[in-house]
Amino acid sequence: MRDIFINCLNKNIESHKNLILMVGDLGYSVIESFQKNYPSNFFNAGVAEQNMTGMAAGIASEGFHVFTYSIGNFNTFRCAEQIRNDIDYHNLNVTIVSVGGGLGYGALGYSHHAIQDYALLRSFPNMTIYSPGTNQQVQNCFEKILKNKSPAYFRLGKVNNNLKFVEDKKTNEGHWVKISKSEINDSKKCILTTGGVIEDAIKMQNSKKYFDYDVYSLPIWGMKYKSLQPNQISKWNEIITLEDHIEDGGFGSYILECNALTENKTKIKVKALNQKVCGMVGSQNEIKKAIKFIN
Amino acid sequence: MKTRPSIILSNYIRAHSLKMVHEANASHIGGSLSISDILAVLYEDILIYDPKNIRYEDRDRFILSKGHCCSALYATLALKDFFSINNLSKFTKFGSDYMSHVSHKVKGVEFSTGSLGHGLPFAVGKALASKLKKKNWEVFVLLSDGELNEGSNWEALMFASHHKLDNLTVIIDYNKLQSLTTIEKTLRLEPLKKKFDSFGCCTFEIDGHNHYQLNKYLSKKFKKRNKPKIIIANTIKGKGVSFMENEIKWHYKSPDKMQLDNALKQIGLEI
Repeated sequence: MRDIFINCLNKNIESHKNLILMVGDLGYSVIESFQKNYPSNFFNAGVAEQNMTGMAAGIASEGFHVFTYSIGNFNTFRCAEQIRNDIDYHNLNVTIVSVGGGLGYGALGYSHHAIQDYALLRSFPNMTIYSPGTNQQVQNCFEKILKNKSPAYFRLGKVNNNLKFVEDKKTNEGHWVKISKSEINDSKKCILTTGGVIEDAIKMQNSKKYFDYDVYSLPIWGMKYKSLQPNQISKWNEIITLEDHIEDGGFGSYILECNALTENKTKIKVKALNQKVCGMVGSQNEIKKAIKFIN
Repeated sequence: MKTRPSIILSNYIRAHSLKMVHEANASHIGGSLSISDILAVLYEDILIYDPKNIRYEDRDRFILSKGHCCSALYATLALKDFFSINNLSKFTKFGSDYMSHVSHKVKGVEFSTGSLGHGLPFAVGKALASKLKKKNWEVFVLLSDGELNEGSNWEALMFASHHKLDNLTVIIDYNKLQSLTTIEKTLRLEPLKKKFDSFGCCTFEIDGHNHYQLNKYLSKKFKKRNKPKIIIANTIKGKGVSFMENEIKWHYKSPDKMQLDNALKQIGLEI
């Protein structure tokens, strides 16, 4: 996903000369092509995420679109107040690009587990979360980010997923995208994902237990799009939300909150990472297996 | 001898600031008084701006990082015709834009602050943007001394110096008092000039109430090529009102009517 993101930047910079890529001394073997070809649009802010984020707001306030790039928690939690006060409150055109979302860097330990980021970012009123689950969705999200010109959180998982889904081109703010239909017609049950867990949802659908669930994804969401959810939720009798984030405060919580605002009778179950993953080391697949993520 | 216009402006800033804080029962008058001369010189002699066209592209950008002292900035902007002086009575009032930490919703304010350590990184971003756009406008940012405890400032200085942002002027309101006690008893800043110089900045230490010195050192002509400029402005918290000077309680307390009248009398303006 990181490479697709950089390709998107490379492709669009000629037509969007106001794009700036600012990295927090990370991106080895990813960012070099952009750095080499567009040196005046590239800055390494050093290992200083608070300053990187505050500066990004300052640059954006003068008409630039700034992408701050780092791993997991570094350009989110470390500089949470700069995101809150400088970017979100002033509604500035800054995109926070966080790689290794979820357990992408599972082997690197708890410091690198980006599993509380949704909880933080979805509490900001102007922030839109872009959490693609496939390579195609990365491109779709990038196009939307360019167009929206407002605070954005672009969560890139460490997956390379070329899965083709039913509604390949439809990635609109707050709208669910159909990924895979179940074997039965007019199913009233679905698995709703966000981020890099689409393959897990497909695995679930391929099992006996969940064969009658359709699979959907919501790659563009946030506080601004809550009002669009109740109508989509109401079409289902049962929804299982699936995310590689801790179960508290994340995507499942978001859908539960949206549902609570209505008279919907839809039954919602949240499948997410539990607190046992905190401190657990291994690849994302090993950790997911250990906690029986999709059972 | 004719009084400098910036001195007259600073007196009015002090008077309005005192009145606003009294009427709103608000805090932070001590720090507002310590920056009044700096603001007066900036807005009278240094900054390029157009109050009738607040987004004027070639304006200089001023950021108040010590946002809690916004009464002085709101007063300055009103006195320089950004909005009616009557608007100052809206300070902290329900539904108004004049909140008691500086707000970008107020005409002429570039950036909202309130949490310390945010203004300098934002200002560095703006200075970089000016260079990227090949513009001549400059960025001025005013920090408190206690605020220098925040690590984000030192991150920002490293970047500004590395990228040779000589269009950035950082002013430190060095009144030697922070929230609970003195700087000396909290986290010692000295040798402050050496610290800034060692970060690659060009640092000047001046009397922050002397308009001649402020004018000279804040001048855009007075700079060293390729280096961010730092002005350590030695100030007195509560400056201009004898019973407020160097008293920590005026970081919090609001003057009552009698104290207000006394203060205005000392300033020589009974507005």
